[in-house]
Amino acid sequence: MTAYWECLRGIVLREWLRFVLQRSRFLSALVRPLLWLLVFAAGFRAALGIAIIEPYDTYITYDTYIVPGLACMILLFNGMQGSLSMVYDREMGSMRVLLTSPLPRAFLLAAKLLATALISLLQVYAFLAIAWVYGVQPPAWGLLAALPALLLVALLLSALGLLLSNGIRQLENFAGVMNFVIFPLFFLSSALYPLWKMRESSEWLYWLCAVNPFTHAVELVRNALYLRLHLDALLICAGLSALLTLLAVASFNPQHAALRKVG
Amino acid sequence: MRLTRLACAVAFGLACHSAFAATAYVSNEKDDSISVIDLDSLEVTATLDVGMRPRGLLLSSDNRLLYICASDSDRVQVMDLATRTIIKELPSGADPEQFALHPNDRWLYISNEDDALVTVVDAQSDEVLAQIEVGVEPEGMAVSPDGKWAVNTSETTNMLHWIDTRTQQLVDNTLVDQRPRHVEFEKDGKRLWASAEIGGTVTVLDVDSRQVLKVLNFAIKGVHPDKVQPVGVKLSDDGKYAFVALGPANHVAVVDARTFEILDYLLVGRRVWHMAFTPDQKRLLTTNGVSGDVSVIDVDSLKVTKSIKVGRYPWGVVVTP
Repeated sequence: MTAYWECLRGIVLREWLRFVLQRSRFLSALVRPLLWLLVFAAGFRAALGIAIIEPYDTYITYDTYIVPGLACMILLFNGMQGSLSMVYDREMGSMRVLLTSPLPRAFLLAAKLLATALISLLQVYAFLAIAWVYGVQPPAWGLLAALPALLLVALLLSALGLLLSNGIRQLENFAGVMNFVIFPLFFLSSALYPLWKMRESSEWLYWLCAVNPFTHAVELVRNALYLRLHLDALLICAGLSALLTLLAVASFNPQHAALRKVG
Repeated sequence: MRLTRLACAVAFGLACHSAFAATAYVSNEKDDSISVIDLDSLEVTATLDVGMRPRGLLLSSDNRLLYICASDSDRVQVMDLATRTIIKELPSGADPEQFALHPNDRWLYISNEDDALVTVVDAQSDEVLAQIEVGVEPEGMAVSPDGKWAVNTSETTNMLHWIDTRTQQLVDNTLVDQRPRHVEFEKDGKRLWASAEIGGTVTVLDVDSRQVLKVLNFAIKGVHPDKVQPVGVKLSDDGKYAFVALGPANHVAVVDARTFEILDYLLVGRRVWHMAFTPDQKRLLTTNGVSGDVSVIDVDSLKVTKSIKVGRYPWGVVVTP
């Protein structure tokens, strides 16, 4: 048991050190959502003040609306960046060092997912703190209630990133992930616009957004921030996290990079 | 025996609950009804049918009677709040919109929008005591806390009309900005606040001299200035805040009533008309005409905590303890 704990501690510590040493990574992770909040949302400030949307009890400005979506955006980018680091690790061989551990590979990968998720949470709370100062203030208890929701979403997106990294053979292919995974997941969700707004413009767009797992992730976090439980979103996120983790672990092959080099 | 005790306890509990829970009454202009909101649960508990196009609402000083301006019925209706039935109708003159009750709890000063008149009715004897000619389209109406002044606003003449209540005569007029819609006296009666809908301002006047002390302007980020149309004004009893409903700007302005500094703009529903405090003044309710709801403002934190769906085009609101 101690071995497992030591291993988990080691992996989390490594991610933490990487996070601390790469300040620019932390800053860029914050700058992205802050640009959306302070610049993009400013232009639409009054756009949403016309309807009450669950879980809000009253009218809200657009900046209040997009904060949960932007929190999830941090998790999305970090999840995908986690997959990038996995490709890097495989190419540089440090993953193989990790896999020499006698502990089961499934545990090692799960620990890696958890470590990425925990680091992501720090960034999300840094963002929420800035948003709070800016004036987007969910109930104080909501910030605590959102913690498990954010952790689940972070795990879900890290698992997705890991699964994707298994399919990526080279570091350069990551650009494709941006175009074909991050952008569609983010824009075809309720992060920036409520689903009923999507429906006003087109029915098929609405359905694409409604089935997008990222929509459920955003709604889970949004509801938790305002002390509500969105049960459907919770079940979907939990189920998907379990499924993606299983698939990622099952399809993980550290030999990819090595084989390519030999070949 | 146990059952009886239990029943008594439950009945007592219910009685206490209803005794302590404040209740809001909201006039729904398009539904010809009054929505009753329980302010503990913040839910509409009843909808009462009243005369046509109910707008202004008032309570008797003992909170037992609700006076309703049924504008299109050309009547002021009197509802007994214990039975929630209309017990009588007062001759109000044509198209009553806003009104004010004299501290003697008898004289109702009613604006007759179509006739450029203020009608004074004795709410006990049902007699019309006087009809006073004022400017075109009279609307806002307030009586000073000492009962000396009744002030009316006329929307087209852009004036405040000062009526001496001892003689029921118009004694002075004050020009304010365009389309004055509402007037409110401070608790000590020293200053009067008047909103001007098209002018987009609120004028604060010294009551003794009837001179303008200050004209307040409002500007909300991201909202076109044309949409900033002040209507309802409410002043907290502690003299700390003035709240100004800004109509289609969908915001309520919070003003420091001592320094006249505008502290904040609170987002509420669409086309906010009028407001009422809860008896403890910890919450302020706003009627939002176009969105058909009532927003609840927490006065301590100056935050909008909830919006409650009511009927179509809510206009007036009063709260009983």
